Amino acid sequence: MPEAADSSEPKAPPAIEVKNLTKIYHGTAAVNDVSFQVAPGEIVGFLGPNGAGKSTTMRILCGLSSGNRGWVKVHGVSVATHPEKTKRMIGYMPENNPLPEDLRVSEYLRYRAKLKEIPAKEISKRVDAVMEVTDLHRTAYRRVIGALSKGFRQRVGIADALLSRPKVIIMDEPTIGLDPHQIHAFRRLLGELRGQMTIILSSHILPEIELSTDRVIIINQGRVVAEGTPAALRAEFMPRAQWSVALKVEPARFDFALAGLEKPASITAVGEPDAQGFRTFNLVANSEDECLGVALSELAKTNGWPLRQLSLRQSNLEDIFMAATKRSWDAIIAEKKAANAN
Amino acid sequence: MTRNELRALWIAPSTYVAAVLFLIIMGALYLLALEETGPGHAPKMELPSTVFFKMFWLPVFFMVPMLTMRSIAEERRLGTLEALMTTPISAGSLVASKFTAAYLFYCMLWVLTLIFPILANMALGARGDPRLLDWPSLMGGLCFVAVSGSLFVAIGIFASSMTRTTLVAGMLSFSLLFIVILSGGLLTRLTFGDGIDLPFFAEALEYLKTFQHQEDFGRGIIDSRPFFFYFTNTLLLLGLTTLIVESKT
Repeated sequence: MPEAADSSEPKAPPAIEVKNLTKIYHGTAAVNDVSFQVAPGEIVGFLGPNGAGKSTTMRILCGLSSGNRGWVKVHGVSVATHPEKTKRMIGYMPENNPLPEDLRVSEYLRYRAKLKEIPAKEISKRVDAVMEVTDLHRTAYRRVIGALSKGFRQRVGIADALLSRPKVIIMDEPTIGLDPHQIHAFRRLLGELRGQMTIILSSHILPEIELSTDRVIIINQGRVVAEGTPAALRAEFMPRAQWSVALKVEPARFDFALAGLEKPASITAVGEPDAQGFRTFNLVANSEDECLGVALSELAKTNGWPLRQLSLRQSNLEDIFMAATKRSWDAIIAEKKAANAN
Repeated sequence: MTRNELRALWIAPSTYVAAVLFLIIMGALYLLALEETGPGHAPKMELPSTVFFKMFWLPVFFMVPMLTMRSIAEERRLGTLEALMTTPISAGSLVASKFTAAYLFYCMLWVLTLIFPILANMALGARGDPRLLDWPSLMGGLCFVAVSGSLFVAIGIFASSMTRTTLVAGMLSFSLLFIVILSGGLLTRLTFGDGIDLPFFAEALEYLKTFQHQEDFGRGIIDSRPFFFYFTNTLLLLGLTTLIVESKT
C-alpha cells in the first residue's frame, strides 16, 4: 500500500477494510473469518470458484446484507452502523445486473442519478458523460432496456455504477456477455479510472483480471486463500519453472530421458501428435531452476529427436487460481480429518 | 421516487386494465343506483350517491390487487429491488413512495366516478332530480373511500412484499381485503353460546365494521374512530412491509 507523504499527517484510512468477517447461512459459513484491505485508487480482482463467497462478501460491502461477526469499513466508515453514508461512496453493479425492462436507457440513468442524490443541474451532464464513457451515446440511449442485447445491458450497469462518481466501485462479473471489442473497451475504461477510484471486480475470465488489476484476492470456501500481486502469487504458488516443448518423440521415451537429467523435470501435459508427428509437452522443473532450456535442447540433440519449439511458459492467473484453491481444499480436508480424529 | 412510481403505474398494462374495468363496473353500478332510487321505487329515502358508495367493496376487491400486486413482487422477481437498495434511499422511503403512488392513483380513479352524477344531471337537464348532485353525500362517500383506501392499498403493498410472484401477491391481497372488509360484519353475527360474554371482543369488532363506517360518512357523521382504525393499521402494515423489504434484500 502507498506510504503517506508526510508521516506527521494522520494516515488516511484504507478505501475498504474487512476484518474477521463471517456470514453464516443455515448453519454453513458462506464467508469465514475473511480479512483484507484495499488501498484508495487500487484495482483489486476478487476471484473464487462458484459458491466461494465472493458475491456474499460484495453484498456485505455494499450494505445489502450484514455479517454475523467481524466488521467492514469504507473509507473509515462502518457499513453496519452508517449504511446510508457508505452507500453514497459505493457504485455497485450486481452479478446479474438487474434492470427495469420498460425504461429507456437515458430515463433509467436519470432516475438512478436522482436516487443517488446527484444535484438536479448536474444530472444531464453526468448521464451524458457516463453514456459516452460506456459507448451508449451513439444508438442505445433512446432504446428501451428490455430490447437491449446482453452486452449493452452490461454497459448500462457499468454506466450506473460510475454515475455518482463514487470513491469505490464494486462490480460482480462485469464482463459477462461482452464481446472481445467490448472487453477491450472495458479494460481501457479501467485504465482511465485507475488511481481515481478504488475498484473491486470479480470475474471468471482470469486473463482479464490479470491484465486489469493491481492485486488479486482469491477466496475459496468462504476463506481468503491467496492475496497479492500476480507476480507475488506466482512466486508463492508456482515457484518452479514451466516449459513448453514441441518434440517428435514418444511420451514414454521422453519421460524416461527427463528422469535421467541432472535437474529432472516432470511432464504435466502431452498433446496429440500433429501431421508431422510433433507433440507439445508441458513440463515443470522439479527445482526452482529456470535453466532447464539448455538441458532440454541438449537432450533432444543427443537423442536425435527433432525439436521444433522450446519456450519458458509463464504461469498465468489460471494456474495460480487452481493451485491456490487446491491448496485450500487440501487444508480443509486436513482440518476435517484432524477434527474427526479428535 | 414517488413520481417514478406513478410513471411506472402509468405505463403498466395492469393499471389500464384495472382502470377500465373499474370505470365500466362503476358506471354499471351507478346505473343500478339510479334504478334503485329512481321513479317507481317508493319510498325514495336513499340518495343515488349513498347507494352507489355502498357498493365500494366490489371494485376494491379487484382494483386494489391489480394496482399493487406488481409494486414490490415484480421488483423482487427482476432483482431491481436489490439495485434500489444500493442507493442511499431507505427501505421505509421506498415503501412509502410505492404506497403513495398507488394510493394517489386509487383516489384519482374514485374522483373520476364523479363524472357519472354530473353526466346524469346534464342528460336529464331541466327534468333532473336535485338529489343527483347532492354534494354533501358525494363528498362524504369520497371521504370514506379516501380514508379506507389507505388501508386497502397498504394491504395490497404488504401482500406484494410477501412474494416474488405477482399473481400470488394479487391473490393474497384479495384474500386479506376480503377478511378486512367482510369479517367485521360476519363475526358480529356469530353467537358464542349462552352465558358467554365477550365485551372486549364485541368492542373490537365495532372497529371492523367497514360498511357501518361507510354509512356514517355518507350521512356526514365524522367519527374519529374510523380514522384511527384505518390510519394506524395503514402505518402498521407499511412498517411491516418495510421490515420485509429490509430482510428480503
